[in-house]
Amino acid sequence: MGIAPIELDEPISDVDIAPDKPWVTIVWNDPINLMSYVTHVFMTYFHYSKEQAQKLMWDVHHEGRAVVSAGTREEMERDVTAMHSYGLWATMQKDD
Amino acid sequence: MSSYGFRRTITGRITCRLEETERSLLANLTHQLVGMVQPDEPDEDQDPLAAMVGIDSDATRPTDPAVGRLFPDAYLDDPTASNDFRRYTERSLRESKLAHARTVLDTLASSGDKITLAEGAAGAWMGTLNDLRLVLGTRLNITDEGHQIPQDLSADDPSFGLHHIYDWLTYLQETLVQAMTGLVSEPPGDFA
Repeated sequence: MGIAPIELDEPISDVDIAPDKPWVTIVWNDPINLMSYVTHVFMTYFHYSKEQAQKLMWDVHHEGRAVVSAGTREEMERDVTAMHSYGLWATMQKDD
Repeated sequence: MSSYGFRRTITGRITCRLEETERSLLANLTHQLVGMVQPDEPDEDQDPLAAMVGIDSDATRPTDPAVGRLFPDAYLDDPTASNDFRRYTERSLRESKLAHARTVLDTLASSGDKITLAEGAAGAWMGTLNDLRLVLGTRLNITDEGHQIPQDLSADDPSFGLHHIYDWLTYLQETLVQAMTGLVSEPPGDFA
C-alpha cells in the first residue's frame, strides 16, 4: 500500500483514425527534361511498369502536369525531394 | 576519329567517344555546375550539428533562375512551407548533385577519346547532363518543346554557341538514356 493509484484515463487523441493519405506529388511539364529520361525516372524511382511510366509521362506532356504519387505528407516530401534530385519539376499539395 | 554518343557494347559496357575539345568543354561546363551547386560553408553562428545532418537554416529560394530550376520550390503557393522544406532538403540535394558532377569530372580526367562509364557512374552522368541542360535551357530561356536554334540568330550572338552546346548535351543525354534503358523520346531528343 501507499502507492498512489495509477490513473487509467483513456488517452485523448486528435489523430485521425482514417488513413492519412491526403497528399499528392505533382510533376509539371517543362521543355527541357527528355521524354525518355522522365519515363526512366518514373520507372526507377516509383517502380512503375514501362507502360504506366510512359502514360504518366504523356499526361505530364499533354496536360501540363500529372499526379505521380499519393500518401502521407512525409512520404510526399520524400518523393518531391527525389524528383528534384533527378531534376524534375515537382511540387506537393494536399489533395482536397 | 569523329565522336559519337553513348552506346552499349556487346559485352554490356556503356561507352562513347569524345574528342579532346569536347571533353574539355564538358569538364569546363561541369566545373561551372560545381560552383553553382556547392553548398555554402556553414556560418560560424550556424548550428554545426544541424549542418552535419543536412539542415541549412539559411536556405531560401535562389535568386539566380538557373539555380532556382535545380532547386525548385516544393509548394506552389506556400513560400513559408517551401523555405521550411529547403532547410531540411537543399543541402543534401546539393551534395548529391555535387557528387554526380565530381564523378563526371573523374571519368573525364581518366579517359582518352573513348569513354567507358564505370559501374555506377552512368546514373551520375545522366544526372549531371540533365543538370547542365536545366541550367543552359534556363539561361537560353528555352520554352518550346523541341528546341530549335532561332533562324535569325546571328553567329556573332553570344547565345549562338550555347544553343549548339545545349543540343549537343541533349544528344549525349538521349543516347545515354537509350544505352542504359532502351527508352527513346519520340522523336529522339524531344521533351516531356
